[in-house]
Amino acid sequence: MLKSLSIDPTKCTGCLQCEMACSYEHEGVFNTAKSRIKVFDFHHEGRKVPYTCTQCAEAWCLHACPVEAIKVDAGTGAKMVFDNICVGCKVCTISCPFGTVNYNSDTGKVMKCDLCGGDPQCAEACPTGAITYVDADWTGLEKMRKWAAATDTAPRA
Amino acid sequence: MAWHRKLLRVNLTNGTCTPEPLNMEWVNDYLGQRGLATKYFCEEVDAKVDPLSPENKLIYTTGPLTGTMASTGGRYSVVTKGPLTGAIACSNSGGYFGAELRFAGWDMIILEGKSPRPVYLHIENDKAELLLAEDFIWGKSVWDTEGLIKKRHQDPLMRVSCIGRAGEIGVLYAAIVNDLHRAAGRSGVGTVMGSKNLKAVAVRGTKGVGGIADPKAFMAATKAGKKVLHDNPVTGQGLPKYGTQVLMNVINEIGASPTRNSQDVQFEGAAKISGEAMHEKRPTDGKPHLITNQACFGCTIACGRISQIDETHFTVKTRPEYWGANGGLEYEAAWAFGNANGVDDLEALQFCNILCNEEGLDPITLGSTIGAVMELYEMGVITKEEIGFEAPFGSAEAVTRLAEMTARGEGFGKVIGLGSKRLCEKYGHPELSMSVKGQEFPAYDGRALQGMGLAYATSNRGACHLRGYMVSTEVLGIPFKTEPQATEGKPELLKAFQDATAVVDSAGICVFTTFAWGLPDIQPQIQAACEGDWSLEKLNVMGERIWNMEREFNLKAGFTAKDDTLPPRLLKEGCKTGPQKGAVTRLDIMMPKYYEVRGWDTEGVPTAETKVRLGL
Repeated sequence: MLKSLSIDPTKCTGCLQCEMACSYEHEGVFNTAKSRIKVFDFHHEGRKVPYTCTQCAEAWCLHACPVEAIKVDAGTGAKMVFDNICVGCKVCTISCPFGTVNYNSDTGKVMKCDLCGGDPQCAEACPTGAITYVDADWTGLEKMRKWAAATDTAPRA
Repeated sequence: MAWHRKLLRVNLTNGTCTPEPLNMEWVNDYLGQRGLATKYFCEEVDAKVDPLSPENKLIYTTGPLTGTMASTGGRYSVVTKGPLTGAIACSNSGGYFGAELRFAGWDMIILEGKSPRPVYLHIENDKAELLLAEDFIWGKSVWDTEGLIKKRHQDPLMRVSCIGRAGEIGVLYAAIVNDLHRAAGRSGVGTVMGSKNLKAVAVRGTKGVGGIADPKAFMAATKAGKKVLHDNPVTGQGLPKYGTQVLMNVINEIGASPTRNSQDVQFEGAAKISGEAMHEKRPTDGKPHLITNQACFGCTIACGRISQIDETHFTVKTRPEYWGANGGLEYEAAWAFGNANGVDDLEALQFCNILCNEEGLDPITLGSTIGAVMELYEMGVITKEEIGFEAPFGSAEAVTRLAEMTARGEGFGKVIGLGSKRLCEKYGHPELSMSVKGQEFPAYDGRALQGMGLAYATSNRGACHLRGYMVSTEVLGIPFKTEPQATEGKPELLKAFQDATAVVDSAGICVFTTFAWGLPDIQPQIQAACEGDWSLEKLNVMGERIWNMEREFNLKAGFTAKDDTLPPRLLKEGCKTGPQKGAVTRLDIMMPKYYEVRGWDTEGVPTAETKVRLGL
């Protein structure tokens, strides 16, 4: 069963545990500047929103790459950047409509979410369940459940 | 180890920024943050220094867990000699700034001298420079300062720690505020920053924190710690839902809420300004005050409040700049502007709270000082003509106007800017200042809670709830329940709390974790992060060492046993109502015992034996 990240911004507190977990998994240091997931704070509205790659089925980044450095991982469906092939041209960063592929000036390559090989550390670290890793075909399940519970099916008098 | 082993020394007089290796021997004895920076401070600064002179120093400092996945691991502290107290000052803040400083590769910044012109410190990883603040951010609020700096450097990811206008004009309890509404709030650390002509420290770091001694053990220990916080009713439920305001009703009901300048210990309007009230829909616009909770960096508790003030309230109805979501209302601010002044207008209190963030002020001292003004006004000592309007207890209009006048140095606000000790002395009533060593006590009555009274009297930075939170045992039953009026065993317990808190404050984590964590929960996290031996035994002695080092500084600065006391009101006037009715603080019983368990002589001086034992 294919799984995907599901994000519920209403549960996010802005603690950045996800960003630290991501950077630690990929870079071996706690460093939010090198995280593939980013939490945005819309301060004047009191809203915080974690944002990362949604792993498009027809990925713009994958198609745009001139050297085929971005490939699909058959197990997770993640669009993976292969550093040994990537030339750092950044065309994928332009083609991605969501901005979730970014250049890493330390390595000269691009970086994006790779779902940590099927065990995404951001979801693991999130203390409030704002980021979960669920059945890709049923990311709406919890929202449906919530609304289903609120649906009044009692017979009318 | 988790340290970068590097500090930045900034000489504001000469305009130089110089990297320096961190003294790892001192790290071994003092860990970091509060302990380590106080060690540097005591070694480098004469205890008799005038706090507002160039000879005083200001140290920004982090702990080994700052910028790591340890829950709440984002704290930094500012250490200096406080202008409000003349004592050692160490104010701690959350938000994101502390972690960013570590991500830039620095463990500490020592700021010395005084800049000839207003400047700000700009740090981008290894690069550090002083840039002119004149005609740019000098004279601006905290919020404008942060926005303008990010705009100039075209970097929305920067983190800014700065003073507002209160720190520039010399209000003696100006705070340093970072990330718009987190503050190193107390003792006037922002006033010292202003006196050095330093407006802000702006940091961007992309290096991160690495070098964890045992990464596997660290991830396991921090994960275990997070589970403890999650499963605990205070840190897992009470604080996320109600914030620090979870305490408003609890403290009031037990009769420990200093009200109307501590004339009373219960406030009839407490329920209206409580954490519960923040969830209720307002009659005016049908919205609750509270929008959401907010975490500081790395924090899995998330006690911070983000609220929206009522747009129709008299304080803001013509000022749309205050209508957006904003930090607060937090318990200490709610109490200081509310209970201490007899004001039960939630929106007015939130306005005062956000004003303190906007202009960089300590809400506890400001609110308590206004409480003293109101008592003096009702006694007829301070007149309507002097203030410019009527200022009786209960007036939301008076509190909000006086708070604004103080933040901006207008009219009678200049006198309030001196704090209650100097203000009450000026009007011939020093006994009406609800302070210890010049610093006002916070939202717990020292008569109603004997251990808290002792904590205020002995706190090294003047009255404070964050040096030994006896409320924990006397009200909440953490780690076990003690009777509020019991005096026996309180000195021993307070010593243990004070020493443990000194360790927490030196590690880079938040003291609120101690609602759920004891040192045995924290120790494995420190041990895994840092090389060497960080056993419980070593940490306990280290906490005691830090406490005694601070004490020695204060003794050298001129404090004596006579200063380990409370305002006469707490020692003579019994609680008027509630479960603690009739109680006064029994320092006469507790203080001799406290000195004894501390290993101090009858004059409160650490004995030679104690100093040797602690390696001082």
